[in-house]
Amino acid sequence: MTPALAVTGLTVSFATDRGVFRAVDGLSFSVAPGETLAIVGESGCGKSVSSLAIMGLLEGNARVGGDLRLAGQDLLAMTPEARRKLRGADMAMIFQEPMTSLNPAFCAGNQIAEVLALHRGLSRHAAYEEAIRALDQVRIPDARRRAAQYPHQLSGGMRQRVMIAMALACRPKLLIADEPTTALDVTVQAQILELLDELKRETGTAIVLITHDLGVVADHAEQVVVMYAGRAVETAPGEAIFTHPEHPYTIGLLGAAPRLDGPRGRLASIEGTVPDPMHRPPGCGFAPRCPFAVAECTVTDPALTMLAPGHAAACLLAPLEAA
Amino acid sequence: MIGWLLRRLAQIIPTLLILSVMIFGLQQLMPGDPALILAGEERGDPVVLAQIRAELLLDRPIAEQYFVWVSKVVQGDFGFSWRIRMPVSQLILEKLPVTFQLATMAFVIAIVIGVPLGILSAVRRDTPTDWLANAVALAGISTPNFWLGIMMILFFSVNLGWLPPSGYVPLTEDWRASLATTIMPAFVLGSGIAGVLMRHTRAAMMTAMAQDYVRTARAKGMAEGVVVLKHAFRNALIPVVTLGAIEFGRLLAGAVLTEQIFTIPGFGKLIVDAVFNRDYPVVQGVVLATALIFVVLSLVADLLYMAINPRLRQA
Ligand SMILES: Nc1ncnc2c1ncn2[C@@H]1O[C@H](COP(=O)(O)OP(=O)(O)OP(=O)(O)O)[C@@H](O)[C@H]1O
Ligand code: SF4
Ligand SMILES: [Mg+2]
Repeated sequence: MTPALAVTGLTVSFATDRGVFRAVDGLSFSVAPGETLAIVGESGCGKSVSSLAIMGLLEGNARVGGDLRLAGQDLLAMTPEARRKLRGADMAMIFQEPMTSLNPAFCAGNQIAEVLALHRGLSRHAAYEEAIRALDQVRIPDARRRAAQYPHQLSGGMRQRVMIAMALACRPKLLIADEPTTALDVTVQAQILELLDELKRETGTAIVLITHDLGVVADHAEQVVVMYAGRAVETAPGEAIFTHPEHPYTIGLLGAAPRLDGPRGRLASIEGTVPDPMHRPPGCGFAPRCPFAVAECTVTDPALTMLAPGHAAACLLAPLEAA
Repeated sequence: MIGWLLRRLAQIIPTLLILSVMIFGLQQLMPGDPALILAGEERGDPVVLAQIRAELLLDRPIAEQYFVWVSKVVQGDFGFSWRIRMPVSQLILEKLPVTFQLATMAFVIAIVIGVPLGILSAVRRDTPTDWLANAVALAGISTPNFWLGIMMILFFSVNLGWLPPSGYVPLTEDWRASLATTIMPAFVLGSGIAGVLMRHTRAAMMTAMAQDYVRTARAKGMAEGVVVLKHAFRNALIPVVTLGAIEFGRLLAGAVLTEQIFTIPGFGKLIVDAVFNRDYPVVQGVVLATALIFVVLSLVADLLYMAINPRLRQA
């Protein structure tokens, strides 16, 4: 089956005053329809930049390389206009900040109706009615009344539901959810993630879920990509990342004793700092922080190596058991 | 909403009262005795002077003069011009349409130039388009009106002979001639405001374009024009409307210098003549009318905010 999204060797560089710096370096993964792939990693490792690159929403100072395919279509080869028409229709994105992601000047219903009018050519009225149905689908009670309300009249969780309704209104093949629950309180977080799962089952949309919360990965994702300093350091099936983490960074993230049944683990903080992307040292980028590092690590840059079906890590010592 | 409107209208009364006291008080500071000016040839005759003073209540205490004036104004009587022997209200009603026409034209010119230029330079920020737009705005702001007015007369009236150099034809009489007499002063007035509007629009648009909801609009696949003109501009309008209301109010208060240069018989000319002639009832009436216009305009601006900004609509 053609993956909903196939990312191969994605690179993103920014031209800045200090020079060119590579925020994403050779990221590869793919998601099948109806599946969730989680991307985990510390702040600044390039998660949002990667998602924006897939959507084609990066600012002008960004250069994107590699190969991006949405249901087989080459995103980087098409015209910006053709790509724009896919946004909101075949691929959609929701953001970390539900409080500010909706336009304060328009009511919720109209903001959803706008997408439907644009991509499905519905009339104003038909689009609005469809928007109410979309709100209903994201389990917003009293959808007709809510549709007429403005963002400031809605709670954070409600706004994120509106964003989801908007993103899924045109039944996209791909939904990128960039930390969709970080700004919400815990019970609402669980509801939103549950909702995404249900909608995924109903619509067959593939989801790329960016998160800080490893507990989320365990419950909601079929696959995980662990990113460190712009690269994937480990990719694995959702469960395997807990049962046999192979990369020292993943192990660090999981803390001392990862337990699937235990309390939900936020990313444990790891000592040390990320290397300056402008002056990347030779060898493994994690070496300065790695408790397992050996002399070889500062010389040879480990490539992502397949260890088991669907499980790869970029560490000279992997698989760890063998070391 | 109705309650808000009533409260807002009620605020107008103390505002105008304070203003009326200020108008009256400041007027006492004007040098020159109005009786002397009005007496003209007979200014040497103490009997005539005393008679004029008695007639105009100038021999009464200031407080009494004030209360007589205010109680009449409250009844809608702005008094008679001492000089022209016409009711002040009639003078105001005669000049107001002239000034209103000029102000509206100037305002339209300012918006048509300033707002699109502001949007363009925000969207193309730090490009030659932006620099050029900023240079145009700066030129508009910093060119003195009297100089621009004179240059325009020299060029379009004297050199090319396209437009009349001065005078005014009412719209109702002959609209083409009316536009011909007002287009230059309107441009002179509008160009400065266009510059200010451009700057404000640019700043407001830059703020709006950096907001998360703009990224959302792009993620929805909206064309860039829709993102800019609908999603961002709608939110950038709020500060622009504030400024617009103030500038329009200032235009309605009369453009003294510009009206003088183009000999347009509007508010500006009326008040200058009245001040020189110490024609107090006219000065008081015009200033009060201007203040009232300001107050009403700020109310209109507030109503506009509510239309633009749903957060303000619930109160
Ligand atoms: N337009 C840009 N120009 C230059 N650098 C940028 C730009 N956008 C992002 N970056 C940089 O790219 C790097 C990756 O940022 P990104 O937002 O992807 O991090 P993230 O993994 O999403 O972090 P977080 O968890 O905090 O959201 C950061 O160092 C950031 O400063
Ligand atoms: S390659 Fe070396 S430094 Fe890098 S993660 Fe593996 S052990 Fe640590
Ligand atoms: Mg991010």
